[in-house]
Amino acid sequence: MSKVANIKDYRSSQDDPGSRRYGTFSYLPEMDAGRLRKQIEHILARGWNPAVEHVEPSRSAENYWYMWKLPMFGETDIDRVLAEIDECHKAWPGHLIRLIGYDNLAQSQGASIVVHRPGA
Amino acid sequence: MSGKNYSAGVKEYRETYWEPDYPVKETDLLACFKVVPQEGVDPEEAAAAVAAESSTGTWTTVWTDLLTDLEYYKGRAFRIEPVPGQDGAWYAFVAYPLDLFEEGSVVNVITSIAGNVFGFKAVRSLRLEDIRFPVAYVTTCGGPPHGIQVERDIMNKYGRAMLGCTIKPKLGLSAKNYGRAVYECLRGGLDFTKDDENVNSQPFMRWRQRFDFVAEAVHKATAETGEKKGHYLNVTAPTVEEMFKRAEHAKSLDMPIIMHDYLTAGFTANTSLANWCRENGMLLHIHRALHAVLDRNPDHGIHFRVLAKMLRLSGGDHLHSGTVVGKLEGDREATLGWIDIMRESFVPENRARGIFFDQDWGHMPGMFPVASGGIHVWHMPALVSIFGDDAVFQFGGGTLGHPWGNAAGAAANRVALEACTEARNQGRNVEREGKEILTAAAKHSPELGAAMETWKEITFEFETVDKLAAG
Repeated sequence: MSKVANIKDYRSSQDDPGSRRYGTFSYLPEMDAGRLRKQIEHILARGWNPAVEHVEPSRSAENYWYMWKLPMFGETDIDRVLAEIDECHKAWPGHLIRLIGYDNLAQSQGASIVVHRPGA
Repeated sequence: MSGKNYSAGVKEYRETYWEPDYPVKETDLLACFKVVPQEGVDPEEAAAAVAAESSTGTWTTVWTDLLTDLEYYKGRAFRIEPVPGQDGAWYAFVAYPLDLFEEGSVVNVITSIAGNVFGFKAVRSLRLEDIRFPVAYVTTCGGPPHGIQVERDIMNKYGRAMLGCTIKPKLGLSAKNYGRAVYECLRGGLDFTKDDENVNSQPFMRWRQRFDFVAEAVHKATAETGEKKGHYLNVTAPTVEEMFKRAEHAKSLDMPIIMHDYLTAGFTANTSLANWCRENGMLLHIHRALHAVLDRNPDHGIHFRVLAKMLRLSGGDHLHSGTVVGKLEGDREATLGWIDIMRESFVPENRARGIFFDQDWGHMPGMFPVASGGIHVWHMPALVSIFGDDAVFQFGGGTLGHPWGNAAGAAANRVALEACTEARNQGRNVEREGKEILTAAAKHSPELGAAMETWKEITFEFETVDKLAAG
């Protein structure tokens, strides 16, 4: 007899927007304030520059999301970064929001974390 | 030069090729060999013989020596050191003038330095341990087609290691069934899947059908997840013409990455392919079949850190590095040494990691080390801790062997990676707390829970054959 009854189906489909993923940490539950604080702390401790971006969920795969203001160069206050994420979320409630840590020495992003996933 | 007379016969090598007072030049190419001289041959003579045979020397004096300035062109042994813990073995350091090597040709370098000298009678055994390429030489080589930073931008993946999987069984699947296995892995959360190295274009699965079906799988998984995906399409082929034909087809299918076996196919083919990849915006994954034949014997052959340097010069965006923790060879410090060689722009001498020279890579980009072989979710904490983010972890059996299939296996690996990365960023000791981190993550991921259940007993703990010399 087959063991198929013990197997859990992998639920994912192209027509279901809930199947979209958004890079690092999008396979974990959405960040609550406590977890997010620690990731911001990590970004700031590395000397990376935090930045906030947002986009319509249907456009998540595009490279360029809408910048929220400018990257927070030289920011050292975790609460300031959280406040900007919050403000962006209030201004664009239906949008995906991600937090980037720009690593200017590597000319790359040391961190890129989607922190609001409407509909996920 | 005047004042030299031709005198036929055999001279001791040390008269010409042993120069302990030689001031090493910035532009010299330096090599460190482990030499075990034959009985009755002292280490200075053996070192000088190696310098001679790998540069201008031959076994007897010839009159045409006097038509050039051998003082300018010869290689010189300039230092010997006893190998710690191994009686009768010596490290011999040789300096070669830059003019001995054709620009941009790792082929020429390896032909000279690891050529006839390895069959030479004066030494019982010989191993090329390390090479210092002067920046002047590095800048003549093309190097990685893109490098780590550009690949991250192309693949849009930041702040974590990437995940791959080699499709199994490695031989015998039809192209369409093979594409199915690829699709399942990618939709489950892997970034890449990979052709096995011996998958080229066999009768059961010709390359063109494999490429076509795999491309559909990659595109569909990309649309479904919204994340960039790739499959290392192996373009290793019997001829370079055929290799380029396959590479062109991969490009026409809008695939982001192809793969090549640089040792079996050869450095000439690899360098040409790397140039093609740079021209065509194609990422290049490099496999290293044959390396263990060359690098595993501690007394003979070429150390992998040299093979890794040669590849970085020839060109590749990924290179297999060993895992430290899986089923294949590699002790931790030595592996960290060649990971640095792949990724960093300056690697200082560090004997504890088997690195004999400072190596300055100038502006040459770094490549992703690829940890592949015998690894599964329980290895994730160690992999994150050892390799950090700039690496690809490849779980073959550790994805495909999941009791619920490839997609679930892929999701389990992705959840484990992200959980370990998050914990690492929180300042937790991921290796020590690995079990708690994974157990907590599995509460939200039944796929990870099932993977942890399946593989909990499996470990690979053999002694490595090639250990770094003690001390």
